[in-house]
Formats: sequence, C-alpha cells, structure tokens
Amino acid sequence: MTREEEAMLGGEEGPAAAKLLELLVALGEVFGAERLVPVESAHISGVSYKNLGEAGLGWLVEQADLGARARIRATLNPAGMDMEFWREMGVPEEFAEGQRRVLAAFERMGVEPTCTCTPYLAGHVPGFGSQIAWAESSAVCFSNSVIGARTNRESGPTTIASAVTGLAALYGFRLDENRRPGAVVEVEADLDTVMAYSALGYVTGKRLGTTVPYFKGLGSPSLEAKKALGAACATSGGIALWHGEGVTPEAEAMKGHLAGLERLTVTAGDVEEAVARFTGPLDDPIIALGCPHSSLEELGEIAGLVGGRNFGGRLWVFTSRSVYSRAEEAGHVGAIRAAGGRVFRDTCMVVAPLKEMGWTEVATNSFKAGHYMTSMGMRTRMGTIRELLGARQ
Amino acid sequence: MIIRGRKIVGGRTEGVALVSRDPVSFYGGIDPVTGVVTEPGHAVEGECVTGKVFVFPTGKGSTVGSYVIYRMAKLGTAPAAIVNLETEAILATGCVISDVPLVDRIGEEAFKGLESGMVLKVDADAGTVEVVEG
Repeated sequence: MTREEEAMLGGEEGPAAAKLLELLVALGEVFGAERLVPVESAHISGVSYKNLGEAGLGWLVEQADLGARARIRATLNPAGMDMEFWREMGVPEEFAEGQRRVLAAFERMGVEPTCTCTPYLAGHVPGFGSQIAWAESSAVCFSNSVIGARTNRESGPTTIASAVTGLAALYGFRLDENRRPGAVVEVEADLDTVMAYSALGYVTGKRLGTTVPYFKGLGSPSLEAKKALGAACATSGGIALWHGEGVTPEAEAMKGHLAGLERLTVTAGDVEEAVARFTGPLDDPIIALGCPHSSLEELGEIAGLVGGRNFGGRLWVFTSRSVYSRAEEAGHVGAIRAAGGRVFRDTCMVVAPLKEMGWTEVATNSFKAGHYMTSMGMRTRMGTIRELLGARQ
Repeated sequence: MIIRGRKIVGGRTEGVALVSRDPVSFYGGIDPVTGVVTEPGHAVEGECVTGKVFVFPTGKGSTVGSYVIYRMAKLGTAPAAIVNLETEAILATGCVISDVPLVDRIGEEAFKGLESGMVLKVDADAGTVEVVEG
C-alpha cells in the first residue's frame, strides 16, 4: 500500500472512505491481488428499489451520511421506474417513494443520476486500456470487449467503494494474462439481426460459463449487435470479456494465444433452438424493447416501423435520458407515441416491478430481458424488432 | 483443536456452530427478519443462523446478498461469524459492510470435522477457528 492508501484506510479522509477502502482490500485478499490500482471511472449498479429494498437503501443512506463522495466520474445504472413518468408506468406510490430516496442518496454522493445500462451511449466512454470499476454485466462486457477498458464484474458496493476511493484491487481482467481467450467460438449462423447476435451470446454463455470467448465469423456487427451479444453472454454465463476477430480492439493481439484452446461451433440450428425456448403462444403480450437501453439508431428504426399503426399503449421502449432527448429532437419519440407506443427513461423491463405493474406476457428481442422476465414469472416470446412490430396491427 | 485459515474480515467472537455442506445464498435463501434458512431442500433449511458461527463451503447467488447480510446485522439477525472453505465476493462484501468476522481456507479436513452444535471461538484477526466444546 502507498502512504496515501494507508492514510485513507486509517481514516484521514473520513470514515466512509476508510470503510470502503477496507472493502476493496478484503476483496483484494479474496482474489489474491498484490496491490491497489487507481481507477478513472465508475458505473454503479444496484439502483432499483426492487432489488435494493430497505436493506440496500439503508446502507446507501449511511454512506452518504458518513460523507462518501465520488472522486472520479461515476454514473448510475437504471432505477425501477422513469423518475418523472412513473405513474404512467403503473408503479405503486410506495415503490416510487423508496426509489426517490435511493436516487437522493446517490446524488448526495456526487454520482450522476444517468440511470442507464448504456453509459457509453450517454457520454461516459472510458479510454482504451484504462482501469475502470463498472458493474452492470452488459456494460462490463461492452467496456471490456468493445472499448478495451479494464474492469472485473463489480457489484453495487464495490463500485461505490471505487468511486469514493478512486481505487480498485488489481486482479482478474485488470491484468494482461487474464484477458486471453479460453475458447474459440466458430459462428456458422447467419447473423442478420440484433436478436440473432443476442441469441449467439445466450448460447455461448450457456456453454462457456465464465470463459473468455474468441469469436470467428461474427461478420460486421453494428454497435447495437455488439451490446446485445455481450448482454446475453453475461446473462446465461458470467462472461465479462469477449474478443471478436476483426471486430474488437484486442482480438488481433490474441491471435497468438489460440493454439490448443477448446473449440466450439454455434450453428443456425443452435440459434433457432435458443429462440424456440422462449417462443410460447401468448394472448396479448406487451412488446418491450430496449434491453440494453435503446440507441438513437434503434429508436429511429422502431419509429420507422410503427407508422400508421396503433399499439394501444402495449409497445414499451426503454432508453437513457441522453438518447431520449436526441430521439425527441429527431422526431422518433413523437412517432412512437403517435402509434400508441410509450418511451420511458431511467428504467427497463429487467429492473421495474413488472408484477406490481400488472404484466403477465411480454415479447422482446433481447435474450437478457427474456431470461430475467421469465424468472420473474412472465410468459415471454422472442422475436426480431420487425417481427414483433409487424405481428400486431 | 485450533484450525488455521485466512482472515478476510477481522474480529473475534465465540458461538455455537451451524454447519452446512451446501453453498449459501443470503439473497432469497435466508429470511433476513427471522434469520432462518428458507431455501427449499437446503442442507440447513429451517435452521436459524442468528448469533451462530455459520460454517459452509462458499457463497452463491445474486450480489444483492451482500445487502441482505447488512440488513440482518442491522436487525440483529446476522450470524456471529462466517467460516468458509473458499469465500467469494458477495460474502466478503456483505461481511465487510456489516462487520461480521469472516475466515476462509480452513481446509477440507477441518471443514469435515466441524459439526453443528460445537462451540467455536473465531479469531478472524489471526485467521483461526478453535473448537472449544464438542
């Protein structure tokens, strides 16, 4: 430990920083880290009151009371509701009150209330090779793989600890040797939609668990396809980093480390089977899009497909505040509303209290959303954006 | 008998052991209000962890489990200490933020020798677990 770190641990920078550094040191012990490393950015999960409950809220308030303040840029994952239009979502008043208290605690800590799982689409973009502390498994996958920044799969408390101390324990994906692939995935399926990439991620995560995949045959995925792929493989497995030949920035350097690795093939049949797992007959599903949060391009695509239709309030699209304001200017939000669709910020179908909102059946293009909504007791169907929006007149 | 392990979260305490051969998820697996293990089919389902030296192989489940340990500490239903074969991030985080002593790497042999009902003295600062009675 450096002198500054010792001093912080001793309480020279207040009781909150001391306790939070103790947490990072304990995790360093667990994972055999030799030292701490400065981090330049934090993205904090554990924001929805649905997951935090009074227990988590109590801890957050205590940290704010003890003087915890972010010393590096720190953004927030989605909350359980649109902070403005929660009534329109059907969120109960009591839940809204809890959620407001969560946000207030974070704001006292100097954390930006971005409430998105795609901070990289909302102006929070770390540099290649930079050490960061991000939670939210899909954002971890995107920042590690697509941006080439370095983070482990952090949790709510550890990202708060890193935000307040500016430090993280040096282990795992922060080190070169652990960023090498552990398996080669040959893709033999046609990846022509974002849903297909999501399915590929879901199949890969199921087979590989936490092993780092090196994909061959990914084609030229859009940003949206890359965010869908990572989100799905972080959900079915615990993948925090993937490499894609000709796609991700570290892939070229990994070519020398592929010999002798486990190889697996993902075929069109595997993708179809993954889709079929979620495709049950539904009566009147709510179409839920935006997991991870929709980009401006996705909102544009949806707006272009819904013209002349009336979804009667049963099309829900989730995005960040940042993208929303640009989509509003571009006319996409107005077009979706005119077709009886809704666009919400700050939240999504994974962290909102769906049961309390009366949801029972959902159709989506995201395997991550499908996975979590199924575990919440929703009947779920998977389809491409075109299929989902075309299926309903 | 003194068992040597690894200190993760310091502190000293003495209590009756509750030994589970199954991994434990605090989120969804334990009722924080009563301290009772509720996971169906779990090795110690129906047992109360409150005030016990809770011995189990490792943690599992959602990272929200860290906050559940914290809530139990505030409610007074938390274990007195946790002893693992190999701990992980959720438990380590929960124990640090709740000041619950945590020791791991006590070794397979020692783990097999521990049984519910034994009285254990945990000196997490030294990374030791002593069987006082039983």
